[in-house]
Amino acid sequence: MNKQLVIGIIIVSILIFTALFAKFISPYDPIQQDLTNRLQPPSLKHLFGTDELGRDVFSRMIFSTRVSLSVGIIAVSIATVIGTILGLISGYYGGKIDLIIMRLVDIMLCFPTFFLILMVISFMKPSIYNIMVVIGLTSWPGLARYVRGEVLSIKEREYVLSAKLAGLGTSRILFVHILPNVIVPVIVTFSLGIGSAILTESALSFLGLGVQPPNPSWGNILTSGKDYIHIAWWLSLFPGMAIFITVVGFNFLAEGLRILLNPKEQ
Amino acid sequence: MIKLLLNRIVVLFITFIGITVITFVVINISPGKPQDMMDMSTRISFEAKQRLVKLYGLDKPLHIRYFNWFLRVIRLDFGTSFKDDKPVLKKISERLPATLLLNILSLGIIFFVGCTIGILSAMYQNKFFDKLTTIVVFLGYSIPRYWLAILCMIVFGIKLNWLPISGLRSVNWEYLPFVGKIWDILKHLILPVAISSFSGLAGLARYVRGSMIEQLNCEYIKFALSKGTQRKKVVFYHAFRNVLIPVVTILGLSLPDLIGGGFIFETIFAYPGMGRLGYEAIMARDYPLIMGIGTITAALTLLGNFIADIVYVYVDPRVRYK
Repeated sequence: MNKQLVIGIIIVSILIFTALFAKFISPYDPIQQDLTNRLQPPSLKHLFGTDELGRDVFSRMIFSTRVSLSVGIIAVSIATVIGTILGLISGYYGGKIDLIIMRLVDIMLCFPTFFLILMVISFMKPSIYNIMVVIGLTSWPGLARYVRGEVLSIKEREYVLSAKLAGLGTSRILFVHILPNVIVPVIVTFSLGIGSAILTESALSFLGLGVQPPNPSWGNILTSGKDYIHIAWWLSLFPGMAIFITVVGFNFLAEGLRILLNPKEQ
Repeated sequence: MIKLLLNRIVVLFITFIGITVITFVVINISPGKPQDMMDMSTRISFEAKQRLVKLYGLDKPLHIRYFNWFLRVIRLDFGTSFKDDKPVLKKISERLPATLLLNILSLGIIFFVGCTIGILSAMYQNKFFDKLTTIVVFLGYSIPRYWLAILCMIVFGIKLNWLPISGLRSVNWEYLPFVGKIWDILKHLILPVAISSFSGLAGLARYVRGSMIEQLNCEYIKFALSKGTQRKKVVFYHAFRNVLIPVVTILGLSLPDLIGGGFIFETIFAYPGMGRLGYEAIMARDYPLIMGIGTITAALTLLGNFIADIVYVYVDPRVRYK
């Protein structure tokens, strides 16, 4: 166990715990308004202060953990499945299929993905399910390219050739014999991807295209922070800090896993 | 070499068509058609609506519409904005210089600062400076850029009142002397440029550090050092030249991120660039403007990659003489 992995696991487990038991941890109802206590600075009663409708920022942030984690995990699962399968196919078959898939990867990598996501989301009804799918469908190209590169060298190795000679089906060779050899980078990319998917989700919520009020999300609390930038610094500081720590946690986890699963680096 | 560049141009052109097809299809298959907006007005008759649909060619099948649109784009005709009937090209060209200014400045800073940090941490590997920058770089990689922007606005703009927090010019810009005008714009640029380069810096510095360490362990470096060449010269002249090559490609690939990040970034700073225009266009469902901005952004990105390719050929003789 290396330092990065330990820190990563601690942060991620705290986040998962918070998301699962949000109801029991949060001191107030996250959408309960209290107009007599608007824009209160942090105090013992309201740890992170209150927002423009008197809602407790701390409780809202606790409930936001659910949204952010689920968007991150589901979006990245979609991207990982697409990226891995396309990469395997592209690298193994080569030829025209490879050419088409890699051209598609180039196109996606040259495109400002955030613009595409913004465009698609703005045309649909804002919902976190749409966001999960759209982020998933746009963030697979890097992984596909990486997996393809690995498969290109693996498929020439003797154990793959002998598997072919033994008459095994293509899908068996791909998923049972080749996939385990690329699984390390896939897992690392998965963890890194969660961090960046959470960043994208919070940015969309910040712009008003993600989680819709009154439901809380780190991004839309920051929107209030921006609106009340002159008087309420706590509305900006704490939610951003939460996003930051979450992303750091998943990045540490990725880095730690990479070191752990690469015996050469130890 | 000319063959190589021609080959690249063909690939870039295919990529460009791919990007415009994706944008076009996404806009057209998404729910909410432009003619639906007309339904909101009850006074419009069915015939009038049909006439408008015909006028904009909305009754034609998708591929024909794309083809017509593409023919017009080649002649740089992006149509007129739904919102105020101004030509899209004019709206974009009003905003483009500000965005280019921001991105070129940021790229320059990312390049110089990123390389310097990378080289220094490689030279003093595992010393205090290296450890410090590794942490800063790691944090910079994870920080939400727009949050950093808001925090800096609070600290430098509101609490300390050192820097302006929105726009590119002060209200009294017209009346300032020449030097004052430039100083005013610079002051407005400091925060956006600093924050926009900060997050791009992280990846590059990390990359330069890694490759520099690899290069410094090579035989030719040991040889150069043992024949008495100064360490400074060995690091900056011999080793860094080999690191520079992939750096060019990385910078080229970071362009879409920089431009894409501009959409949220420029909106926060009320920066009069293309990103904010794009955000406003998307919110107003201004189809011609969205298509125009998408196309120009893609073209700029591809141009950036093409320049990176040319530089690549220039700095790496192995590519040139292949």
